[in-house]
Amino acid sequence: MATKRLSSRAESSTPASPSESTESESAASRNTSVAARKSAPAVTAVEMGARQREISVSEFFTKNRHLLGFDNPRKALLTCVKEAVDNSLDACEEAGILPDVTVKLEVVANGSALVAPSQATRFRITVTDNGPGIVRQQIPRVFAKLLYGSKFHRMRMSRGQQGIGISAAGMYGQLTTGKPVKVISRTGPRAAAHYFEVQIDTKKNEPLVHENKQIEWSQPQGTEVVLEVEGRYQKGRASVDEWLEQTSIANPHVRLTYSTPEGEQKNYPRTYHELPPSPKEIKPHPYGIEFGALLKMLQDTKSHTVASFLASDFCRVSPVLAEEICKAAKLSPAIKPREVKPHAAETLYKTIQTTKIMAPPTNCISPIGEKAILSGLYKQIKGEFYTAVSRPPAVYRGYPFVIEAGLAFGKGPDEVSKPQQAAVPLAEGEDQGNDTEQARVIRYANRVPLLYQQSACATFKAVLSTTWRNYGVSQSRGALPAGPMVIFVHMASVWVPFTSESKEAIADYDEIQKEITLALREAGRRLGIFLRRRERAASEFRRRNIFELYIEEVVAACNRLKGGNLPTEKLKEQLHKIASSRTGGLKTDEALGKTGAGPEGLPHSIIVTAEGIEGEREIAENVPAPGAGPVKSVSLETAPLTKPPAKGKRTTATAPASKTRGPASREKRKAGQQELFAEAAEGKKAPARKNASKAAAATRKRT
Amino acid sequence: MAQAKPKKNGAVAKKLVGMADVVIAAAQRSKDPTFEIPIRALSNVSFNPRKGLIEMGEKKQARTFFNVGMAKKFMQTMLVADALAELQQADLTTSLREIYYRTKHTIQDSHENTFDTQDESDPIIEDLEVSLIALREELHVRAENSGSIVGPVVFGDDGDRVDCAKLGKGGYSVPSIVEPEYLEIRRCTADFLLLVEKGTQWNRLSEDKFWRRYNCVLLTGNGQPPRGVRRLARRLHEEHKLPVYVLVDNDPWGYYIYSVVKQGSINLAFESQRMAIPKAKFIGLSSADPERYELPRNVGIKLNEKDVTRAKELLNYQWFQKPAWQQEIKRMLTSGLKYELDALANKDFQYLTKKYLPRKLKEKDWLD
Repeated sequence: MATKRLSSRAESSTPASPSESTESESAASRNTSVAARKSAPAVTAVEMGARQREISVSEFFTKNRHLLGFDNPRKALLTCVKEAVDNSLDACEEAGILPDVTVKLEVVANGSALVAPSQATRFRITVTDNGPGIVRQQIPRVFAKLLYGSKFHRMRMSRGQQGIGISAAGMYGQLTTGKPVKVISRTGPRAAAHYFEVQIDTKKNEPLVHENKQIEWSQPQGTEVVLEVEGRYQKGRASVDEWLEQTSIANPHVRLTYSTPEGEQKNYPRTYHELPPSPKEIKPHPYGIEFGALLKMLQDTKSHTVASFLASDFCRVSPVLAEEICKAAKLSPAIKPREVKPHAAETLYKTIQTTKIMAPPTNCISPIGEKAILSGLYKQIKGEFYTAVSRPPAVYRGYPFVIEAGLAFGKGPDEVSKPQQAAVPLAEGEDQGNDTEQARVIRYANRVPLLYQQSACATFKAVLSTTWRNYGVSQSRGALPAGPMVIFVHMASVWVPFTSESKEAIADYDEIQKEITLALREAGRRLGIFLRRRERAASEFRRRNIFELYIEEVVAACNRLKGGNLPTEKLKEQLHKIASSRTGGLKTDEALGKTGAGPEGLPHSIIVTAEGIEGEREIAENVPAPGAGPVKSVSLETAPLTKPPAKGKRTTATAPASKTRGPASREKRKAGQQELFAEAAEGKKAPARKNASKAAAATRKRT
Repeated sequence: MAQAKPKKNGAVAKKLVGMADVVIAAAQRSKDPTFEIPIRALSNVSFNPRKGLIEMGEKKQARTFFNVGMAKKFMQTMLVADALAELQQADLTTSLREIYYRTKHTIQDSHENTFDTQDESDPIIEDLEVSLIALREELHVRAENSGSIVGPVVFGDDGDRVDCAKLGKGGYSVPSIVEPEYLEIRRCTADFLLLVEKGTQWNRLSEDKFWRRYNCVLLTGNGQPPRGVRRLARRLHEEHKLPVYVLVDNDPWGYYIYSVVKQGSINLAFESQRMAIPKAKFIGLSSADPERYELPRNVGIKLNEKDVTRAKELLNYQWFQKPAWQQEIKRMLTSGLKYELDALANKDFQYLTKKYLPRKLKEKDWLD
């Protein structure tokens, strides 16, 4: 059977590709296939050789689109939005612009009938940003060529990594609807806006330009991408809505406007008016490369000696250290890199791994920062307690990374006070809606929310393995902690180790796991302090409260037992007296926090009570301001933030922030940023802004 | 009878009102109101080998009001006491479930119910029985009627004459309160009393008129016999000198049912005085019976983990220390099987009536 199938395929394939096989070959194959029916060997090496040919990346991903996150229509819709938004944010941040991003989802009518968004199968996605724009010549390749981009070849933290995302989204749209990607881009108010319609030639992995013209565009600067794709819009878990909401939590410096397919408009205001410090590009760290990569680098280097190669192509290798490594590897430092024999290279590789080399620099990473996380959580999640922890940078496989964790706990003051109004008697079997809900984990890699494959993710595993019970939160074995809680985990790194190309889960390196656990523990400890403090006050209160409740009942029962002629008021009063003397009396009021003591021992935290907000108040106060103004006015709002906090009480809370990051460097960055905004505010034209960012970078270097 | 009741009620009612006095007195002296409640657990129970009874010890727990853990229970105790006093005044009897409903309400200005389930009110009634030394019947609380009796015995119930020999195969449904004031035993000519665990087997015996042939009273409690059934058996045993035989499944629970009938239960140890029948005999199914009566192995059921643990517990109870009993239980554990009474049907539908019991009675094959 097997031989028969093979040979028949050989026959059918031959006429299908006549250009590739000569006539004689095809004749030969026909002969052999006849022979194959009689005896075993079916295909010759020549034949096989004729069928072997190059596969283009695009072809590969057309077949394997699930690898990029297009496995089902619902996820595909999300992936398209995500890729476009990620690109916009990366571009804005790199150019030093506070991002304003608009996302619009529209149902594309299939035929004439109008379809409800939940039933629709086709959507138009429009993502508009105020970024630097893309130069005309690059537009086709950026949007219609896989593995083309600026981010792959450098060691710098960014959302995108490979240059697959947006082109893959375009390819998916092309595949499912046949529609090209429409791009409008303008690099500044003086430049013209260009309109492109591009498709991808999957066989060659090259762009096909359908339309290219200059148009009028209302935006002075930025990029707009329109994708038409097959998808499915569904709210709830792992939806576009959830993704955007989570994006806004981790990126409080972004103003996000989202029009749902239902026509509703959601605004996620900017609550943090400071751009994240721009991450620097670094060279690879010697610990992080594989042997093959070292061989390739030896071939490609511009250096003339091995020693200078080591010193100049890697970070943290000084000329002195390079010489030492060469000596230890018994290699002449003066030998040309290309002349290093594979065997010697292996020794060199092993030597490098055993030599003590300083950890890579960490300025290539820009963590979100405790304040920004607090601000994001506070903005999007209703709760009573918020905290944020940034770990100092650590290294895995030679790649530096930073773990940040945050927590939002509670139901929010308005919801807490609600049930007291509606007291419906409970029937048997009903309960007061106990907190059986489990905590929600929101995961981020380089500020991008991860929505799928939660259980495969290192962050999720770390949350599970943390003993939350130590911090006063209940948790059943092997489960998430229970309670109204959102756990935020962010990994920032030049290279986030995803488990797959679709970037859904972070791989489980020990170093990463350890850092996440440490961050979660710190956040947990703070939550524990908060809960214990609240519990202590509440339990005193509850004690007195239950006695007060029950006294009524007991007195009423006694009165009935005594035939209804009991001096009830007197008895009640006596019992109340006993109750308050036994529960600490006036002290309870103090414990309940009515004296206004702040949250000591809780850095980077916000506590919301019915009375008001405690902790990092200025962050919380920044939030309610609806619709932060356009970019220009931002600098004005930024100014007070950079000043030391006005209230003396709060300085203790803010101080540790600068400690962890190094107070000097933080000030410098802020100075740089201020300069940038100052220039922007002066009304300089947009092209100048790029220079401004360069200038800011320069000042950063100088200082 | 009519004169006896008010007097007795008066005593119980007084005890209930006394609870209110405890609270009032404590309040006046700024003390925490406290009740002493005897502990109803194995730790506070001892077996009196001389009397052959389980007796309650002296250990007591204090139930105080101003203690977060007990406040609610204290309040509930007062509510139940109030409801029970109400019953006394109105001279009504009621069920446990009705007490639960009577006392359940939402405490004002809260969502909290005084009771959430009946599981909360039942133990409190037992607490009151024990601490007030009042029987449940005296508290006017009755359990469900879940027992049947048939045989040559005549009762007087609310002035009606009930001849249990003339009630067909259904018999008379044993009321939950069988104290002499409520149920009078007018005549009893039986030779012995057979207490059957299972209703199904009681039906078999009743249908076959086993009681007529062997001149006995057939009694069942459908599983663990309720107080009414146990008390009635005790009265027939005491007042009419009927020997009592217990017929149960061959499993640890069957053994325990027998022991409850004989010595009293741990939970209601204070009532064994008037419920237990120390002379009751265990007639079957014994773990020796399958072999003796040639029951095939395949009608047995494998002992599960719970059965094994329970059997081992029984081995440790003081009242199962007789060598015959140790042997009986250990034999079951070694065989690893338990047998239901129903399994006898494997031989013949009427095997129980025609072969098994006659042979048992003839051979006097029972355990004490």
